[in-house]
Formats: sequence, structure tokens, C-alpha cells
Amino acid sequence: MFILFESLDRDNRGCLSPDDFEALGGLAMNPIGGRIMEAFFSSGQDTVDFSSFVRILAHFRPTDRNRNKEGAQQELPSSRTRKLKFAFQLYDMDRDGKISREELLQVLRAMLGLQVTEEQLQSIAERAIQEADLDKDDAISFDEFKKSLEKTDIDTKMSVSFLK
Amino acid sequence: MPPFTWAVHNLLCRCLSIPISAWFTLLCLFIIVPAVLGGCFSIRSLYLRTLLKIFEVSLIWVPNITKKVQNQNPLTSLQQEIRGSASCLCSDHEFDMADIFYFCRRGVESIVDDEVTKRFSAQELESWNLLTRSNYNFHHINMRLTLLWGLGLLTRYGILLPLRVTLAVTGISLFLFLTTLVGFLPNAALRSYLSEKVHMMGYRMCVSSLTAIITYHNRENKPNNGGICVANHTTPIDVIILASDRCYSLVGQMHRGLLGMIQRGMVKSSPHIWFDRSEVKDRHLVAKRLSDHVADKTKQPILIFPEGTCINNTSVMMFKKGSFEIGCTIYPVAIKYDPRFGDAFWNSSKCGLVRYLLSMMSSWAIVCSVWYLPPMDREEGEDAVQFANRVKAAIAARGGLVDLIWDGGLKRAKVNNAFKEELQKLYSKVLVGDHEDQSERMEIQKKKDSTTRQ
Repeated sequence: MFILFESLDRDNRGCLSPDDFEALGGLAMNPIGGRIMEAFFSSGQDTVDFSSFVRILAHFRPTDRNRNKEGAQQELPSSRTRKLKFAFQLYDMDRDGKISREELLQVLRAMLGLQVTEEQLQSIAERAIQEADLDKDDAISFDEFKKSLEKTDIDTKMSVSFLK
Repeated sequence: MPPFTWAVHNLLCRCLSIPISAWFTLLCLFIIVPAVLGGCFSIRSLYLRTLLKIFEVSLIWVPNITKKVQNQNPLTSLQQEIRGSASCLCSDHEFDMADIFYFCRRGVESIVDDEVTKRFSAQELESWNLLTRSNYNFHHINMRLTLLWGLGLLTRYGILLPLRVTLAVTGISLFLFLTTLVGFLPNAALRSYLSEKVHMMGYRMCVSSLTAIITYHNRENKPNNGGICVANHTTPIDVIILASDRCYSLVGQMHRGLLGMIQRGMVKSSPHIWFDRSEVKDRHLVAKRLSDHVADKTKQPILIFPEGTCINNTSVMMFKKGSFEIGCTIYPVAIKYDPRFGDAFWNSSKCGLVRYLLSMMSSWAIVCSVWYLPPMDREEGEDAVQFANRVKAAIAARGGLVDLIWDGGLKRAKVNNAFKEELQKLYSKVLVGDHEDQSERMEIQKKKDSTTRQ
């Protein structure tokens, strides 16, 4: 992991800056690349040191699964929550704990670019909020987010296999 | 005992002087002459086999190597992931908060293991070949290995390097001298004939000065006059390797320094096309010059590297369409280097040409395979870009390289927004639904179901 950190750290300062992330071709062409980058930088700071880097990448570790008596696999609840929290942060740009309609629209715009019209965007966002927003406050809180993704297999979707 | 020491001293001098002159004669006999005539010895294959044996032995000495976990996942396509199982293929996929996970994962994957950027740095080896420069994971492990490495260092810098450098220097100076001489000849036919011979001699000397052991495959497909030869680009040595088999006219960026001098010398006796990459006007001029050259059937084929920059020989990047627009026969060539004996990739942002050449000459050897592919023509209704991609796929398949769509220009410039748009387009298709795609997919699904039932 440290070798990876070092290879990313182009100016060898012992910490990563936004430039180092931007130099990665794969990240730059990702529609939400900018948001992923921001998730690494905790509030106010503009550099990432090694421990924070590892902490964030740990979210993407494939979880250890417990086998209960019937042989079915279950995820550890804490790691699932951590992954969900990370994803929640990607939506919730201002970190107020809620995904507002505007924030949702912004993410959709990033992912779809100019390929869909504004009305289509609005209708998609509207539908998503209606489905997930249970207390009808026109925003999606973390619990509502968690509930709407109950059935999704977060682990497969959010794990990067070569992080061990 | 002064007389005794004096006698020993005398004897020593006598012994040393004989070996030095013998060394020179041997050098001339066994290396320069065959280099000029293009012969080769089985000594080279013996040399390679011994080296490989030594590497194997050294591997046994290392207690337990933690091999890097290779990423086995193929790139799961956006559609597969977001649509989920085949059962929901019938209905339009609606936006789900989980869709962001796909992009998120892709983003983190690219941080951990960037597909694009890693092509621009040297390839990592699985086992160590006793060269410090390819030593990524093997730090000081035990004494024996270090000793072996030290021995290797001594051989390479003490014996191989001086030998190669003298050879190279003699070769290049001879080459420059002769090309200038030939350039003065009045008779055009004689001049072209002699210049070809001189060029071949120069290239062969360079090849042996690098101890490049080249295997040519499918020689019957060698390029003919009046065509363009395209190949994947790893290093400027590619030119030497290809040109030692047949003479080409080169096209390329005009460099400064040593390479620039050589370039100017080459132009004196045979037509080469050098230009400046940043000159926009130059590009149109170059295209015109290319088509003129190709139209003249007596002229040698042009050698072009459509990637435009050096790639690290694990993949082939986007081919620039310029050379494919001219409309003549294309002769593709695939070049693959064996990384075990020396990494041929030139990382121009890390080191200059002279340092690169020195490191090349102090590696064990440069072993490569050259495959001549059958000539290709542009088909009806195919535009230059599609043609370029077809040629690229053929080269990648033959050389065992990965075929990538990325632009080699990413090495120097930042990512084009066009790629971001591609992903966005794909995702929007999934969400908003593309009805043509849908019905196609349903048919494919039906076919799949019927075959699985059988």
C-alpha cells in the first residue's frame, strides 16, 4: 500500500495533493472523479497523508463474511455501514447529513452529462426522492438511504479486489 | 628482492599487452566483421540460456516471494453491473441510488491500479533479473543474491559496457562518414544502392553494439516499395531493429543533440522526413510529403509509429489516423521485447537519450521478436479511424499485447473530456433506455435462453 502511495505522490512530499489525483487518467475520465477525490480530503485540508489514504481505501476492502449455521453468508454490519456512509458522502456534498433534491440533481448531471434533457433529469430525481424519502421532508437522510439499499449487495459493488 | 619484482613486473606487462592486442583482434574478427556482414553465432543463444539458468537459480535462493496479486477481474461493463441479472432486461432500468457505486468503484480502482497511466512506466517483472533498475519488490534479501548481483554488475559494467560502447562509437562514426561520402556521388542509381548498403551496415553495427537478439517471423511479408510500414513503438531502438532487416525512409520528430545530428546525417544520402511535432502547419506539409513519397514506387517504404510516443510494450495505444488517410498499402509489424534481459522502454520524462542508451548497453541483452503481418488495405466504406483500429487490433493480437483505446498523448496532456462523455453516454442509455438496443438485447437473450435449454 505504501508503494502505491509513493507512486502516486509525484513531488515526494509525503502527502498527496489534488494534482496527484488529477494526473490519474482513469480517475479524470470518471464522471464523478472529482467527488471521489474530495472524499479523500477531509474538511479544510488540501493534502492527504498516508494514514487517511489507507483509512479511506479500507472502505473498499472486501468484507470478511461470517457463515452462520445455515451456511448462508452475511456481511458484518459495521463494514456495510461504512461503505454506505462513503457512498452517502459522495451524494451529500455539503456534508449536512441529508441529500437534498439539488444535490441529487447535481450528481445525476455529473453522471449523465449532456446526454439527457433537463426534464428527464428532474423526473428521475423526483422519482428517486419519492421512493426513498419516507418522512417526506424532501431530502434523503442517511437512514432512509440505508433503507432504500437494504436489498442491494453492497459488498460486491463496492469492493476493489486487490486491496487485501 | 628488486630483481625478482622487476622480473615479475616485466612478465606482467608482457602478459597484459598480449591480451590487449589479442582482445582487439578478437573484437575485430568476431564482432565487427560479422556485424557488417550480418552473420550471427549460436554463442548468443548459449549466452541467453546461461543467463536464464542463473535467474532461475537466484529465484530459488529467495525464501518466499510475495507475488503481486494480479487483478483478474475483467472490466465488468456498465450495463451488466447496473442492469443486474438478466431477468430485468425486459423493463427499463430506473435510477437507483446504488448506481453511483459503479462509478465509485471504477474511480477507486483507477487510483489503486490505473489502467492508463501505468502503461507509461516500465513493466514490472515477476522474478528479478539482477538489474537494480527493475528491482521493485526485491530489497536486500540474502547475501548470496547480493553477491550474485554484484558479480553481474561487474560483468555488465566492466566487460559488456566498454565493448558495446566502442562498437557503437566506431559504428556511428563510420556510418556518418560513409553517408556523407555517398551523398557526394553524382550518379543517382549508384548513390541509392550504396546508401542502402551503408545504412544496413550502420544498423547492423548498432544492433550488435546493443547485443540485440532479434527473431524475425514471417519474412515473406516484408514491406515492399511504395507502402507504409506501421509498428508499435516502445523505444527509438525499434527503428534500428526494423531497419537492420530492410531499409526504410523514416518519419519523425526532429530532435536535438546527438539524435538530431544523426538525423541530419541520414538525410544526406537518402530521403527521410523529419518534422516538428508542435508545428501545426508542418502537419499538412508532412502529409503531402508522405503521399508524394509513397506515390514514387522507386522509393523505400516509409516507417511510421502511429502511436506517436513510446509505450511500455505491454499494450498498444490509439493509432493516429494521419498515416492511414493516405490510402496506400499498409504493412503492419508487431515488435515484442522480452523484458527478462533488459527493459527496452524509454521513459522520456525520466531520462534523456544518452542515459537511456547507456542503460541499454549495460543490460544483459535486448531480446525481441518481430512479426511481419500480411499487408492491409483500406476497405470500401471504412474510414481512416476504423482502418487504424483494425490494423492496431491485428498488431496487438500478433504481439500478445493488450489493445487499448487510449491516446498516447495522455502521457503529456491531461485527459480529453471525450472519454468522460463516452461513459456518460453509456449510463444514459441504460437509464433512459435506447429502444433499438433493447429489442436487440431481448433477441440475444431469447437466443441465449434457447441455447441453454438445449
